[in-house]
Amino acid sequence: MRTTLRAVRAVSARRVGSLATAKPALRTAPFLASAAAGFRVEAATALLQSCGRRNYSAAVTKVVRPTAEMYPEIVRDARFGELTAADVEYFKSILPESAILQDDQDLSGYNIDSMRKYNGQSRLVLKPRTTEEVSKIMKHCGERKLAVVPQGGNTGLVGGSVPVFDEIVISLANMNKIRSFDEVSGIIVVDAGCILEATDSFLAEHGYIFPLDLGAKGSCHIGGNVATNAGGLRLLRYGSLHGSVLGVEAVMADGTVVNGLGKLRKDNTGYDIKQLFIGSEGTLGVITGVSVLCPKRSKVVNVAFFGLDSYEKVQQAFVKAKSELGEVLSAFEFMDRESQIQVARFSELRRPLDEQHNFYVLVETSGSNREHDDEKLQNYLEGLMESEIIDDGVVAQDETQLKNIWTWREGIPESLARTGGVYKYDVSIPLEDLYLMVEDCRARLIEKGYEIGTEASNIVSVVGYGHLGDGNLHLNVAVKSYDKAIEKVLEPWVYEWIQKRQGSISAEHGLGFAKRPFLKYSKDQSMINLMKQVKEIYDPNGIMNPYKYI
Amino acid sequence: MPPRLNIVVPVKRVIDYAIKPRVNAAKNIVETNGVKFSLNPFCEIAVEEAVRLRESNKDLVESITLVSAGSAKAQDALRSGLAMGADKAALIECPGIDDSKLLSLEPLAVAKLLKAYVDKSGANLVIMGKQAIDDDANQTGQMLAGLLNWSQATNASKVDVAEDGTVSVTREVDGGSETLAAKLPMVITTDLRLNVPRYTKLQDIMKAKKKKTDKLSPADLGVDITPRLETVSLADPPKRVGGAKVDSVDSLISKLKEVGAI
Ligand SMILES: Cc1cc2nc3c(=O)[nH]c(=O)nc-3n(C[C@H](O)[C@H](O)[C@H](O)COP(=O)(O)OP(=O)(O)OC[C@H]3O[C@@H](n4cnc5c(N)ncnc54)[C@H](O)[C@@H]3O)c2cc1C
Repeated sequence: MRTTLRAVRAVSARRVGSLATAKPALRTAPFLASAAAGFRVEAATALLQSCGRRNYSAAVTKVVRPTAEMYPEIVRDARFGELTAADVEYFKSILPESAILQDDQDLSGYNIDSMRKYNGQSRLVLKPRTTEEVSKIMKHCGERKLAVVPQGGNTGLVGGSVPVFDEIVISLANMNKIRSFDEVSGIIVVDAGCILEATDSFLAEHGYIFPLDLGAKGSCHIGGNVATNAGGLRLLRYGSLHGSVLGVEAVMADGTVVNGLGKLRKDNTGYDIKQLFIGSEGTLGVITGVSVLCPKRSKVVNVAFFGLDSYEKVQQAFVKAKSELGEVLSAFEFMDRESQIQVARFSELRRPLDEQHNFYVLVETSGSNREHDDEKLQNYLEGLMESEIIDDGVVAQDETQLKNIWTWREGIPESLARTGGVYKYDVSIPLEDLYLMVEDCRARLIEKGYEIGTEASNIVSVVGYGHLGDGNLHLNVAVKSYDKAIEKVLEPWVYEWIQKRQGSISAEHGLGFAKRPFLKYSKDQSMINLMKQVKEIYDPNGIMNPYKYI
Repeated sequence: MPPRLNIVVPVKRVIDYAIKPRVNAAKNIVETNGVKFSLNPFCEIAVEEAVRLRESNKDLVESITLVSAGSAKAQDALRSGLAMGADKAALIECPGIDDSKLLSLEPLAVAKLLKAYVDKSGANLVIMGKQAIDDDANQTGQMLAGLLNWSQATNASKVDVAEDGTVSVTREVDGGSETLAAKLPMVITTDLRLNVPRYTKLQDIMKAKKKKTDKLSPADLGVDITPRLETVSLADPPKRVGGAKVDSVDSLISKLKEVGAI
């Protein structure tokens, strides 16, 4: 290095890291491996390694009982055809060998969901590469009345992405090309199977951001996100997919390709049919392409994390955030004490706050002017300290700290999943009652004679966390193993509780298999009837993702 | 009772560790416009270690002083360090150095500045990063120890101060670790495993605003910082080409043959 200075830090950073551990790719590295390896900054948000099919062996390897056995009240629809050798022969004529999976071992990752709660019995997975192939598959399935399950990254949390009986799985994993990106408008057109994180990284290179972010980003597909109308961590800032998705291309139950890949921000020409696909969870057609309006990526991102002693104060902090951080506020996530204890069990990262608090809040700001944003955040935080709304807090000083702090929010689902099983309730309720639900739930379990968190008890923890900014609570009951009796204590009690407060029984995860019987707690009969009519029209034989949704 | 420690911690503001640096189109500087800068991770570890020495024994440490040489923006690095628990700071503002030219403040110049500052300050211990992650020189600490004629222990993964004032430093070396012991004064450079730096608390950020930062210039210290090296060219590391999936063993073999791997 005497005269030629090749001081390019990508190289040097790697050298720095190599001493302890190579720097794992952000948010895909398993949370533990990195921390265990020693260097503090490495750990990324992980996630999903324990859920996604890639890593089953590393996670819980307990056998997942077949859904059909667990829910004997659900019976196979006799109208559906049964898969024959001739069907497989036909698929072989339109798809390459590698796109057809029939081995038990290959199939299990597609039959079992990310929570390891549901286990289907599909004998066939098809992995088309083009819309045309999907169309040919659906035409054949339509004619033969073979039921199908469209599957994205299989990260869904309501059992919607896996078969119940012998439905054919249509995996979009091989449709993963970015079709086009317009640097001026920020409109991206992608295949449905593009992985959210990969798409976002592509956009980052161009100074844009995908308007959705969630813990499962390393595995979930854009098509899956649209199919579930996923909400996630930045809804507060960028709004719902109903606003940012500009167009959808889909293949219907009879193989018809619907080309709705509009790239227009404004288009008032008739019924906005694409909206039906957003959140349809594979029950109307297979989404094969999506166009999305992406915002510019913020140059300046700050994260603060603080501890509070009551839910009351969490709300006060939120009200102040809205008025004082205003346009730069991009996330306001809250977590309770129990949720952080669970993350700490598996993470070897340093906890942001050394002492324990009853509640924690993660605030993120995104803007374009560092001084302006820093000052706003600083004033906001000082105000919180002075008015004693918060007890303690930290501000990320660099990108690594920023990412590490996020793991304390994003790592919750994964750390809970490691306990064995999780009963997940994803609800919207008016803010003032939001946390009461967690307290009431704990009280109910105790009243019914269950212990929580003791050596002998099956229930490990009852935690609450969520997107407070959107009035969205995740109530999670983590158990060592799924137990019908516990389920019966929780359901329909949880749904009745929500109904009384005019809440939603599924704020963002959808209905899938798990929530279907409870739809009536959130929607009145007239609405349900309309939904049924829609389903009738688009999928008259009911082959699209049956036994679910409605 | 060991002598009380007056610790100087030199710190540097660098492009954030998590950000991928890019070379500009003219291939002469690393693009810094709109790029996030942070405290160099090794410097952060050094500040943390100084603060921990104080926390481990409240009588041991008399003062912790940060010093940074560079542009006025080096103030950010000082502010981060003050919020972690240092008492005061000094900024050696170097004319002609801005973000894009940070690399032209060479290790020897920095070592000379630090020597002059340390002489003036009456410090008996310097704890600093083993290297900055921008130029990766890993020279300043050693040069400083040489100029001061102090003991040095580089790449520290553990630091202990004994009752009699002996400082023992464990350092990672190829195939294991080595422990050195020396009397003060001394220069210690920090390695990754020394500690896990704390998050910065709000209260401490607020307190840091009230802490004092002295301003100095190279001229005040009588040091000439004219670069001795010339940057001939800068290049990005070669782009990694993405892998591809193959359908069968046969196609794998033919692909490997194609690229001459077998
Ligand atoms: C750790 C973790 C964190 C999460 N965080 C959030 C969160 O913050 N917010 C949130 O809203 N959700 C969250 N989720 C759940 C969320 O719904 C999914 O992660 C994601 O949106 C689903 O995408 P996927 O590609 O995995 O779809 P899958 O799980 O494969 O499928 C989900 C549903 O969509 C259907 N589907 C998938 N692809 C298609 C397609 N191409 N065409 C038609 N139908 C299709 C499936 O049939 C199924 O009904 C989280 C999940 C995990 C595991």
